[in-house]
Amino acid sequence: MKTLRNAAAGDIVLSMASAIIDNRGYLSEIDGKIGDGDHGINMAKGFGLAADRIRGKELSLAEALETLGTVLMTEIGGSMGPLYGVMFTEFAQQIAHVDQIDNKTFSRMLHAGLTGIQEIGSAKTGDKTLLDTLVPAVEAFDEAISQGRSFREGLELLVAAAEAGRDSTVNLIARIGRASRLGERSLGVLDAGATSCALILKELSQGTRDRLR
Amino acid sequence: MQRFVNNRDEVVEDTVKGFVKAHRDIVRLAGNPRVVTAIKRPKQGKVGVVTGGGSGHEPAFIGYTGRNMLDAVAVGELFSSPTAKSFHDAIREANGGKGVVVLYGNYAGDNMNVKMAMKLAAKDGIEVATVVANDDVCSAPAEEQAKRRGVAGEIFMWKVGGAKASTGASLYEVRDAAQKAIDNCRSVGVGLGPCTLPAVGHPNFQIEPGTIEVGIGHHGEPGLRVEALKSASEVASDMCQIVLDDHDLGSGAEVAVLISGLGATPLNELYILFDTIEEEISRRGLRIHKAYVGNYFTSLEMVGATLTVMALDDELKALLDVEVRCATAL
Repeated sequence: MKTLRNAAAGDIVLSMASAIIDNRGYLSEIDGKIGDGDHGINMAKGFGLAADRIRGKELSLAEALETLGTVLMTEIGGSMGPLYGVMFTEFAQQIAHVDQIDNKTFSRMLHAGLTGIQEIGSAKTGDKTLLDTLVPAVEAFDEAISQGRSFREGLELLVAAAEAGRDSTVNLIARIGRASRLGERSLGVLDAGATSCALILKELSQGTRDRLR
Repeated sequence: MQRFVNNRDEVVEDTVKGFVKAHRDIVRLAGNPRVVTAIKRPKQGKVGVVTGGGSGHEPAFIGYTGRNMLDAVAVGELFSSPTAKSFHDAIREANGGKGVVVLYGNYAGDNMNVKMAMKLAAKDGIEVATVVANDDVCSAPAEEQAKRRGVAGEIFMWKVGGAKASTGASLYEVRDAAQKAIDNCRSVGVGLGPCTLPAVGHPNFQIEPGTIEVGIGHHGEPGLRVEALKSASEVASDMCQIVLDDHDLGSGAEVAVLISGLGATPLNELYILFDTIEEEISRRGLRIHKAYVGNYFTSLEMVGATLTVMALDDELKALLDVEVRCATAL
């Protein structure tokens, strides 16, 4: 079984930050259809601040995720600050003392992040939130493990499920957060949080896949 | 629209800096530039009173910091909840050893950040109680009242909570008084024109010329209905009907009334609305103990107004009458 060496993987978080910053305008645009239109702005601000503190330091994946989580939680606020802040901090804590990350550890990491989000938020799948991306992604990865597929295949299935989950939010009615005030008027539009979550999971998975040894 | 802005990403920083300079006899910045506190730390043995919320609603929330009102306020980005850290720092600033009550509005981000701040405060050994405002009638039906948003009724909640704390009451007595205040409040908003986050650059909702959105939220959340703009007295009557129908007050009941502009409505128009609102309330046999008309809780440059009616009992009346000293006259 191939594994990811924690110590050499902090740069994955820089790729995540680049993806968010590159999509600043797009995320704000889709948020603007049913929310405030500031999702991309706040996310880019948080991920940019974290990237500045990570760059050039050769951090482990755990250290880089901890930095990102702390910045989001302490400096961004809104809804996304605590939600993603908790997710990344939980990711980091789960792998903090692991040298070689295998697919089971990676799954535990995903579950810790998901549980953290579910503890502070009150959303369920189907409410048109980032959970509609995260939950099917974690399930797909777990299923790949139970079927005996490779770590690499699991990551590819994770990304596919995340993107399908993101796309499913077009047909959902928002039940939580600012967009929920729109009721049926939120139909036909992607959820911004589900979209940023798909970007994050894609960079995390591809960065991991590219570093498997 | 033309604006007074230096850097569109630093609107909140610049606002808070100016606010603290202007009112340095009343407020100061804590170590955290996103926490405004009363100039005097709360006395030992007084329950601390905290709120927090997104910016763009000035004078809410910072303008209600001061004696017999809020001890500390966490400041968020425009229309975006303060961080858990800022709520936590505000709780620490307000702590006088007798616990801290956090009185805030029902929004997803604020709920999460306050919850996390409470966990952090628990590690400091500070006891925290909360009251979540949900006075906006049109944001959810009566049977789902817990889902309703908090709007200008929060000002009454703060005033009652702050006054109760000043009497030396316990944490749970302060919480219960603030809870009663907000339970006795009903509010409605009407919008005539949208607002724009400077960093976004265009309004994220529209109100067509010639129309009014009845039941609009404090960030432009859609209301109950969009209809042709009517006369001020017809609009005022509709606002009274929405608020009072939800209230179920007996004849002879005493109330406090607050009309707030949403940012770009001139004060004179608020008085035009009040003229009818006073008639409507009196016609129903209710007595106005106190009325507030002004820009108390705005939404950037939204055009429109909110009406809040709080039913009073002897305790609420006495607490509402306690004098306060904060940047916003109350």
